[in-house]
Amino acid sequence: MRLAGLALTALLVAGPALAVTPEERLADPALEARARAISEELRCLVCQNQSIDDSEAPLAHDLRVLVRERLEAGDSDAAVKQFLVDRYGEFVLLRPTFSESNLLLWAAPFLVLLAGIALAFLFYRRRRAAAGTERLSAEEEEALARVLGRPEQG
Amino acid sequence: MTGAFPVAELGHFALVLALALSLIQSSVPLWGARSGDARLMGVAPATATAGFLYVALAFAALTAAHLQSDFSVQNVWENSHSAKPLLYKITGVWGNHEGSMLLWVLILTLFGALVARFGRNLPDSLRATVLAVQGWIGSAFLLFILLTSNPFARLDPAPLEGRDLNPLLQDVGLAVHPPLLYLGYVGFSIAFSFALAALIDGRIDAAWARWVRPWTLAAWTFLTLGIAMGSYWAYYELGWGGWWFWDPVENASFMPWLAGTALLHSALVMEKRGALKIWTVLLAILTFSLSLIGTFLVRSGVLTSVHAFATDPTRGVFILGILVLFIGGGLSLFAWRAPTLKQGGLFAPISREGALVFNNLFLVAATAAVFVGTLYPLALEGLTGKKISVGAPFFDLTFGPLMIPVLLAVPFGPLLAWKRGDLAAAAQRLGVAMAASVAGVLAVLLLSGSHAALPALGIGLGLWLIAGAFSELAERTRLFRLPIAASAARLAGLPRSAFGTALAHAGLGVTLIGIVATSAFQSELITEVQPGDRVEVGEYGLTYVGTAPMTGPNYRAEVAHFRVDRDGVGIGTVTPSKRIYTVRQMPTTEAAIETYGLSQLYVSLGDRSERGLVLRAYYKPFVTLIWLGAVVMAAGGAASLSDRRLRIGAPRRAASRTTDPVPA
Repeated sequence: MRLAGLALTALLVAGPALAVTPEERLADPALEARARAISEELRCLVCQNQSIDDSEAPLAHDLRVLVRERLEAGDSDAAVKQFLVDRYGEFVLLRPTFSESNLLLWAAPFLVLLAGIALAFLFYRRRRAAAGTERLSAEEEEALARVLGRPEQG
Repeated sequence: MTGAFPVAELGHFALVLALALSLIQSSVPLWGARSGDARLMGVAPATATAGFLYVALAFAALTAAHLQSDFSVQNVWENSHSAKPLLYKITGVWGNHEGSMLLWVLILTLFGALVARFGRNLPDSLRATVLAVQGWIGSAFLLFILLTSNPFARLDPAPLEGRDLNPLLQDVGLAVHPPLLYLGYVGFSIAFSFALAALIDGRIDAAWARWVRPWTLAAWTFLTLGIAMGSYWAYYELGWGGWWFWDPVENASFMPWLAGTALLHSALVMEKRGALKIWTVLLAILTFSLSLIGTFLVRSGVLTSVHAFATDPTRGVFILGILVLFIGGGLSLFAWRAPTLKQGGLFAPISREGALVFNNLFLVAATAAVFVGTLYPLALEGLTGKKISVGAPFFDLTFGPLMIPVLLAVPFGPLLAWKRGDLAAAAQRLGVAMAASVAGVLAVLLLSGSHAALPALGIGLGLWLIAGAFSELAERTRLFRLPIAASAARLAGLPRSAFGTALAHAGLGVTLIGIVATSAFQSELITEVQPGDRVEVGEYGLTYVGTAPMTGPNYRAEVAHFRVDRDGVGIGTVTPSKRIYTVRQMPTTEAAIETYGLSQLYVSLGDRSERGLVLRAYYKPFVTLIWLGAVVMAAGGAASLSDRRLRIGAPRRAASRTTDPVPA
């Protein structure tokens, strides 16, 4: 489903964006592209689950203008984000930080995978050991073939 | 029916009777199964069927109240209006908290009644226990409705006019999306009930899997369509052209889908090979648990969103109680009883079973990514007061990488033999698929340049899935190695489940290509226009003709007219509009969407500024593949369900023949 690709998509592209209005945009295309990329990772604080790039809310508009002002003042992308975090807290970041309190958040999916692989491996080894040899011996094969009434081949 | 007829009270009374029946269904058959009393066990089908009929009666009563615009019923007053179009008077029944819970229970009891009806070839004690577990779930949710969410509450004095339905919900999407979604969500309750019954009985055999798999498949098919429908609805209704937002409410439906997909595949191993029994039982419990968590997230109001009608905290606590009871109870029962279940057959790591275990490992980890991403912010805020957001960038970095290995592996699965497979031979048979995939990557690179390397790989992966899916059919029909007529005859002779697998896997590739193409290659235009202006987006030109007012049944609208041309040749008009729903004074944006081939032109209006009308236009190449792929997947599910083996039904097995082929 959509699912699958999102992943990829994420890696692939800077996604679509919608709510930016014509007069907000910066004249410098490189700077505008950076503004769009940053906007996609910032939450519209009063919206349900939208980035400021997607939202038509007045607050999102204000933040978009703010991001562009900071960029025009020469801030790096990280500095712009930090500026907003200082003002609004980490809640504004749609990509959670790799901080200590978020460790479990980032690690959990991969821990689940590793635990699953480990369990599957242990289980496999135990089952195989418990089942003993899987293959029949040559005599058993012969006996089986006789019982089944099949002519032995080669 | 006259206005004086107490329709609401009738519905309320029917719900109380349904609860009474459900309580009997929860207890008596279980006692019968324990004591081996056939008469007590026989109570189960009767109560399940009658319970369903009473819930249906209650649902009909609520529908009648909505159709009559009986504003003395609080639910109708809050969500309807006499001028509302007829379709929305009907769909408005479940476009609110109380009504949607009633729909939930209606579908739950429907599934119970179906098990009662079609389960005659099940062992009596298994059927009685399964229906008893269904009864527990039904009782809990009927109590929830009666105690916290009564849809039949009256208002005195009755208001003259209603407050109308949320305009965003006044759409044909509401007629289709919730029922499909619930058929999926709630359908997984059957797998859950069978899992609990197996644990209670301490016995599980191939007949169990033969029953669980089709029910899971049916639920999965509905859920696939329901999610896709919801996605398309959001795409055209919200007016910003996005189709998936990683919103907690979307995630709530996506988690059961992922886990259900894993369950389908593990149930297959169990049905065919008798292996992975304990794991399948656990997965069945987890899948329905995720459905319950989804219901909790949406219904409790912990998330504020267009879907969360509930704001009353008592409801949240009540559902949380149900959640703890069923998930905690289910998992405890699993921990206690699972060791008594007998293990199934052995297999080598490289085998069909091994491939399905691989699928399960990664799907479960991907589910975990969605799960922590959705619930971690709630937990962190609850425990430390710290507020964080988890948005698309998180899922892109966790869910994404976890899905890629599964997608790469999908075509191999059906080509590996059971028990012990040959990877090299499978790879050889996938030569054509690999060539198609590489050709696709090169074609995208040639057309778009080297900066499109990642989209090219994404599209290559999609082609790999599609071509790989049909490689198995080509292999089984010995295509091009036998005369075409002989291959065609073989194709006709294949079981429908083989087509089901191929379609479902190919659908995944179709959706993936749609996602990648739209995200990477869409054109966007945001500008202001005056009448007479012509602007371009992608290969299309839009000429703004003008704007005219319009009056709908319960809204006023401003409709903009644009002429569309392609390279200067006129090909039609589009009319995006902005509406104001008069009762709630709520504005909505109605995007105009034109489909050209598989691609779409999406035109949406912004506000009016001094320099003209703000226009947002997008050209979205291959965007329809996103949803078409889901339809293909669902068609795969349906094809597999129509397989002869499932149509005719599993033969009843004697207890003595249920032993495993390989001793544990």
